[in-house]
Amino acid sequence: MADLSVHLPALQVVVPLVAAPLCLLAGRAGLAWIIAFAASAAATATAAALAYITIHNGTISYHMGGWPPPWGIEYVVDTANAVILLLVSAIATVVLAFSPASVAKEIRPGSQHLFYCMFVLCLTGLLGIAVTGDAFNVFVFLEISSLSSYALIAMGGQRKALTAAFQYLIMGTIGATFFLIGVGLLYIMTGTLNMADMQARIAGIQDSRTVVAAFAFITVGLALKAALFPLHLWLPNAYAFAPSAVSAFIAATATKVSLYVLLRFTFTIFGAKFAFLNLPLNWVLLVPAVIAMFAGSLSAIFQRDVKRMLAYSSVAQIGYITLAISLASSAGLSAALIHIFNHGLMKAALFCAMGCIFYRIGTTRIDDMAGLGRQMPWTMTAIVIGGLSLLGVPLTAGFISKWYLVQAALQADLWWLVILIALSSMLALVYIWRLVEAMYFKAPPPGLEGAREAPLSMLLPTLFLAGANIYFGLDTRLPVAMAENAATLLLRGQM
Amino acid sequence: MTGATLIILALGLPLLAALSIWMVGNHPNQREAVTLSTAVALLLVVLAILPLQLAGLPVRLALGAPVPGLSIAFAVEPLGMIFACVASFLWIVNSVFSIGYMRGNDEPRQTRFYVCFAIAIAATIGLAFAENLFTLFICYEALTLSTYPLVAHHKNDEARQAGRTYLGILLGSSVVLLLPAIIATWVLTGSVTFTPGGIMAGKVGPVIGGILLLLYLYGIGKAALMPMHRWLPAAMVAPTPVSALLHAVAVVKAGVFTVVKVTVYIFGLDYLRELAMADVALYLAGFTILMASIIALRQDNLKRRLAYSTVSQLSYVIMAALILSPLSTMGAALHIAVHAFGKITLFMAAGAIYTAAHKTKVSELAGIGRRMPWTMGAFAVGAISMIGLPPAAGFLSKWYMLLGAFEAEQFFAVLVIVLSTLLNAAYFLPIIYAAFLKPEVANGHGHDHGEAPLPIVLALVTTGAGTILLFLFPGPALELATRLVG
Repeated sequence: MADLSVHLPALQVVVPLVAAPLCLLAGRAGLAWIIAFAASAAATATAAALAYITIHNGTISYHMGGWPPPWGIEYVVDTANAVILLLVSAIATVVLAFSPASVAKEIRPGSQHLFYCMFVLCLTGLLGIAVTGDAFNVFVFLEISSLSSYALIAMGGQRKALTAAFQYLIMGTIGATFFLIGVGLLYIMTGTLNMADMQARIAGIQDSRTVVAAFAFITVGLALKAALFPLHLWLPNAYAFAPSAVSAFIAATATKVSLYVLLRFTFTIFGAKFAFLNLPLNWVLLVPAVIAMFAGSLSAIFQRDVKRMLAYSSVAQIGYITLAISLASSAGLSAALIHIFNHGLMKAALFCAMGCIFYRIGTTRIDDMAGLGRQMPWTMTAIVIGGLSLLGVPLTAGFISKWYLVQAALQADLWWLVILIALSSMLALVYIWRLVEAMYFKAPPPGLEGAREAPLSMLLPTLFLAGANIYFGLDTRLPVAMAENAATLLLRGQM
Repeated sequence: MTGATLIILALGLPLLAALSIWMVGNHPNQREAVTLSTAVALLLVVLAILPLQLAGLPVRLALGAPVPGLSIAFAVEPLGMIFACVASFLWIVNSVFSIGYMRGNDEPRQTRFYVCFAIAIAATIGLAFAENLFTLFICYEALTLSTYPLVAHHKNDEARQAGRTYLGILLGSSVVLLLPAIIATWVLTGSVTFTPGGIMAGKVGPVIGGILLLLYLYGIGKAALMPMHRWLPAAMVAPTPVSALLHAVAVVKAGVFTVVKVTVYIFGLDYLRELAMADVALYLAGFTILMASIIALRQDNLKRRLAYSTVSQLSYVIMAALILSPLSTMGAALHIAVHAFGKITLFMAAGAIYTAAHKTKVSELAGIGRRMPWTMGAFAVGAISMIGLPPAAGFLSKWYMLLGAFEAEQFFAVLVIVLSTLLNAAYFLPIIYAAFLKPEVANGHGHDHGEAPLPIVLALVTTGAGTILLFLFPGPALELATRLVG
């Protein structure tokens, strides 16, 4: 075991990468699901082990194929990406546990094993982005995750899923291209692709216009992938028309990983001084973030489809995260990472609950969900908990996020931000209340009176995620410790 | 037993009862036995804390902190002690009444009723003993959520509509106003712990302090300061034991309790005296007292009349707290207990009338006192307490409020108390007069009836007697109230 544990960073990616073609070869949905689930469970175990090691022993550096950096590809795991790896792989596992019934209902029988294949491939991509210490490698994994998620979204039942996937493909490709151009420019200037090496070499040439251009390309590209307002237009349709399990997985993880890469490039490679003092990244992030908080929530209020509503809510929540990043302080980065983690939990719970509802009534329109509170009480419990967490009510994970966010804003002496955060949370109350009102206080529409509670195989993972929202509202040690440690690492020797 | 153990018991017993009630739900007798025995046990536990509290020993329990600085902790102080005693005693009485009422009226979903009731009691005890605003807020929300199924008990459109108003106003006001106020308090003072003398002095300017005061007063929707009172009349659709729970045992009391806690332990009386907004808030409370009384005067539905009476009486507590003299603060604390006894008597009498005679309107009550002498006798005692006449306990709290108002030279408050006493008399005395002295009107579908079932009568006579006993022997309550103001 001893020598195996050395290879954990590689296994993190290799296990799901190998599992993906195996799913394809399996040819049957059941077998493919077993392979996918086993792979993601293994990935979760790996991520947990990596998190444990990084907390106790510090940063891990792994040399792919034994080639030392900067010539070979290096995988670097510290607390900042360990927490992302843990989030992504754990959510993938829970969502896969949730998915068999959902997939059987929503995906054509012939292509269900393809669904699992794509799902694991997407997981591979997201984990790879987080684990690697090589800038070009990030692009490769970004493309793996993106291409597979286009395919996954296109598997949605409605024809609109195809246009949604196409829209995402166009925007995502632009984002990835921008990112690649940025990385290319950096390669020209530094002659290296290894992040640590790049960091060392970039320090002397910061004034170069090429480096500034590279930074701009990378930031915009990643903002596109992270759906930062106003580059979020691909997101609502993608989340709304994707199969339920895909919405749950992507909403909880994909944009978060892009935000992580933004953190990594901004703080580790370029350095906070370059980004925030030489260049006005704080305003570039802060203004869209605040607009996102309000515009996202306001749009959410007027949606008739709950999945779209949650998608717009994500736009607003991404605003909170980028707002925290824009503060460029230790407290701000902690808040950002904590919210990345907690928001993943909320959205996974809520989208899984939507999957349960879709499974029973075949729609997620708010009007059709009237009166479901009595027919599907447990699903609705999960929605209420997720909603409260989204609002930031004490005892839920969302409260912890808001708390650290407010603290960070105050440390930066930005009083008005606290008020804006409070006001935008009120908007969340409006759309959550709309949902509660429909579920509990309206009579079911004709034809849908007989809906029953979702099957246990879907319900249990959903409730597990809802429970996690409460658990991490009480016991905050894991996310807070990792986030604070990561913030220190990201800001090491800067500002 | 140590204080911490006692607090664990006080919180744990009702929760355990909720679980047990749910498990034996199909056996009504065992189910009710669980409720009653837990209620008695809870009262004993609370009474066991009393000597510790009176001896000045710290009774504290810390459960941990989700984030540094915000802990979930409980600590007993005099006001909480009064509230916990009242709530746990009235739980017993209300349970006896509930059993009579729910069985007498063949109500559906009784198990759910008793489960939610027990959870609500646990939340109430937690709220009474909360050491800081954060813990209090959590218990406050738990109380709202656990009482919501009770309000919407009948599950018809009317109940659902009432439930919507109930949840909407209480949850909305607490999340939109109270929570930001708590966070702002933490940000400004670095603490949310209830501290004798308050925590705001010297840290919060008068303008921000004034805004915070309004945020608290309106954010604590359970205190029903107008226009936040609408949930209370709406919730009247619930079965009568629920009304008793809302009006006497837990919910509205939790509201005014929180108001007094915040004024005494967060703002501090000295700090509030410097605050111009405190006077404005006093006028708002005075306005609510009078306005609610006037509305009550015009209600023919007995329970609605009682509901508006509650709105008015709650603002007594708020106003008394804002008079800002130690004596009136004592009056506020006493009024929490006094009003609880009086109002539960009145509600149980209304329930008794409904169960025995199926009457809900004030205009139908002529001559009913001769058929239901015990019920209407207790009703009269409750009404006298509401008006504030001896020998009912209502006199006691009003006395202290008036003393305090004179001491602080708040003549507006004096005027409000005098006017509202007249109004109270105007809407209660005609009921008593009609019940005992007017002849019964034969209205065709009237039928012979006597008293309500024994448990109901027993319960309301107990609280009626309690109202008088509290006047005759106010010792412990006064002692605790004195300690509250130091």
